[in-house]
Amino acid sequence: MNCAWCDTEIILQLSWANLMMLEKAEILCPECKFDLEWIQGNRCDRCSRNTNEKRCTDCQWWEKQKENGSFLFNYSIFSYNPFMKEVIAKWKYRGDYYLGYIFENYVMEAFREKFSFLKKEGLVVPIPLSEERLLERGFNQAKMIADFLPLETKELLTRLHGEKQSKKSRKERILTGSPFFITETINKPVLLVDDIYTTGTTLRHAARLLMEHGCPSVYALTLVRG
Amino acid sequence: MEIITSTQLEDLSKGFSGRILLRKEIPLDKPTFQHFLEHQYLIPQQSIINKVFTHQCLRCGNEKKSLFAKIPCSICNGIHLYCRKCIQMGRVTECEPLYTWGGPPPNWPTYEQPCSWDGTLTQGQQQASNHMVQAIRNGEKEYLIWAVCGAGKTEMIFPAITETLQQGKRICIATPRADVVRELYPRLQKAFEEVPVQALYGGSETKDASAQLIIATTHQLLRFQHAFDVIIIDEIDAFPFNKDPSLPFSANRAKKQDSTMIYLTATPRKDHQRRIMKQSLPHTFVPVRFHGHPLPIPTTRICFSLKKDLDEYRFPKAFYKWLSKRENSKRQLLIFVPTIKLAEKMKDSLASILKKENIISSEKMLTSVHAEDIDREEKVIQFRQKKITVMVTTTILERGVTFPSVDVAIIDAGHVVFDEAALVQIAGRAGRSADDPNGEVIFFHDGKTEAMERAIASINKMNKRGGFET
Ligand SMILES: [Zn+2]
Ligand SMILES: [Zn+2]
Ligand SMILES: [Zn+2]
Ligand SMILES: [Zn+2]
Repeated sequence: MNCAWCDTEIILQLSWANLMMLEKAEILCPECKFDLEWIQGNRCDRCSRNTNEKRCTDCQWWEKQKENGSFLFNYSIFSYNPFMKEVIAKWKYRGDYYLGYIFENYVMEAFREKFSFLKKEGLVVPIPLSEERLLERGFNQAKMIADFLPLETKELLTRLHGEKQSKKSRKERILTGSPFFITETINKPVLLVDDIYTTGTTLRHAARLLMEHGCPSVYALTLVRG
Repeated sequence: MEIITSTQLEDLSKGFSGRILLRKEIPLDKPTFQHFLEHQYLIPQQSIINKVFTHQCLRCGNEKKSLFAKIPCSICNGIHLYCRKCIQMGRVTECEPLYTWGGPPPNWPTYEQPCSWDGTLTQGQQQASNHMVQAIRNGEKEYLIWAVCGAGKTEMIFPAITETLQQGKRICIATPRADVVRELYPRLQKAFEEVPVQALYGGSETKDASAQLIIATTHQLLRFQHAFDVIIIDEIDAFPFNKDPSLPFSANRAKKQDSTMIYLTATPRKDHQRRIMKQSLPHTFVPVRFHGHPLPIPTTRICFSLKKDLDEYRFPKAFYKWLSKRENSKRQLLIFVPTIKLAEKMKDSLASILKKENIISSEKMLTSVHAEDIDREEKVIQFRQKKITVMVTTTILERGVTFPSVDVAIIDAGHVVFDEAALVQIAGRAGRSADDPNGEVIFFHDGKTEAMERAIASINKMNKRGGFET
């Protein structure tokens, strides 16, 4: 077995967890794993941003806007450090699909800790790519994460091709309308899944649309807090 | 479909011939692309083939199993193999072919006097460059230039470039590291003012590879097939060229059938040395630096509790002792350490002592640098501008970069990362300018290794061959 990032050979560390097949084998070598940065310490209970307040100022502002419907909370696992930027760039933009498996165990773990209450009836909905983008990249990174979870994944949302989201400024992104469409109604709680949480606008748009179509509650799980 | 004029076709031929392309690297609309396929102007070939127990990517030659993976395909809903090795240059997937040019070959211009450089070569440089020109004229397959660090390799290759352009042929200068491409590109464009030069490296602005004169990282040779009449490979012995099998694979494929490969090196690897001894590889030796002074000979200092010092990220006592008694305390200081962690951590223990010795006046004049450092380029520039006086570095700065006046210390010179070639290269950082042709090179160690002894012996030998008494 070689490290998914640096390709050096990994000496298998036998542990009860992997002997019992509770966890999939680690595909990062210890040195690369060391470069991952878990979000630690106090964080906003709505958006996972590091802060000493219970709720960060951004989230407080959003609450005051009395917008109808949003996700109840977002949980992110990692910080967007330089290593993560490189990994995400290679995985998502270069299209090295395999790198996504690095996160499998950690996504499962986060789900067990924060979202196991959804296990009875929840649905996982990945944030979609537009058709064009999907053809260009060949896969949707959010779908890949969603498929790790022990819930039914349903691609309820479709996305219209807009200007490249990442090229817009923060202000533009907040002001522009929702890029999403939906054709069904739903009556189950939804866990939205995406790779990066930056302003939360994408998730808010998706959540609002789901709620307008009958969804009782929306949560979000994102790999990285930007 | 667009109508293609003959000038456009010539341009396309320049851009595509000798390349190995993915569909998305071919900027033609669907009907034109179809038309080109029908006329065999573009020829598809399989991208990944099966081999016994493994596969092979036909762009990069990768056969390593861990560097293939599978991806679900959103076009045909199948699951395909793709190559992880060369993915930085666009994903090669089993279900998409690679394309090569089958249309009319490009007409490269012939230049009468392309070289606008008006400097003069030293005797040693002149001899080596004459031999390179001869090798190109005679159509020799390979030629090696063994030139000591600081011999002035760049100027030496100008006549070879001139010769190639005068013949209306295509040439690529390939070097292992992007830093070096970035440094050489403006010098090359200045020396060949009228000739369009393209620089290719990971993250370079141009992805276009349609010039007659190209400077590229060795990695970028993966984009080519039967493209060049002359390829000059700089630092042929350097990582990653010597460790990554896909690089020789691609260099071999990038050259035309009748072509000349020229290797430049200061520290040839075993296989080349063996071929030189057996006289199966024609070569020229340039034992003298451009300024005519001998190479500085490293001296060794034993440090008794070196491992313990390093565990605590401390410099050995012998180092401090040397620091206070340098021959010329005006020189900048390059300190090599074996690992990234040591580079980062040991730096901090140095600031106060450097201030006490009046070597630096503020902590800003001390820094560390390594391969994963995103500010690496900027730090090297600041060191060159003398805004930084002392730099703690890994082997990342062992070659390719030139600073005029430095002393060099290697801490734990017995570490495995410092093999003979690395030690010779590192020692070669000192005494690079005519104004200060000397520089101290000190190996701090806790037991002399064979690599250290061989490095010192080989530097002595080169000086002897250069006619210096040792
Ligand atoms: Zn690794
Ligand atoms: Zn918040
Ligand atoms: Zn490949
Ligand atoms: Zn397919």
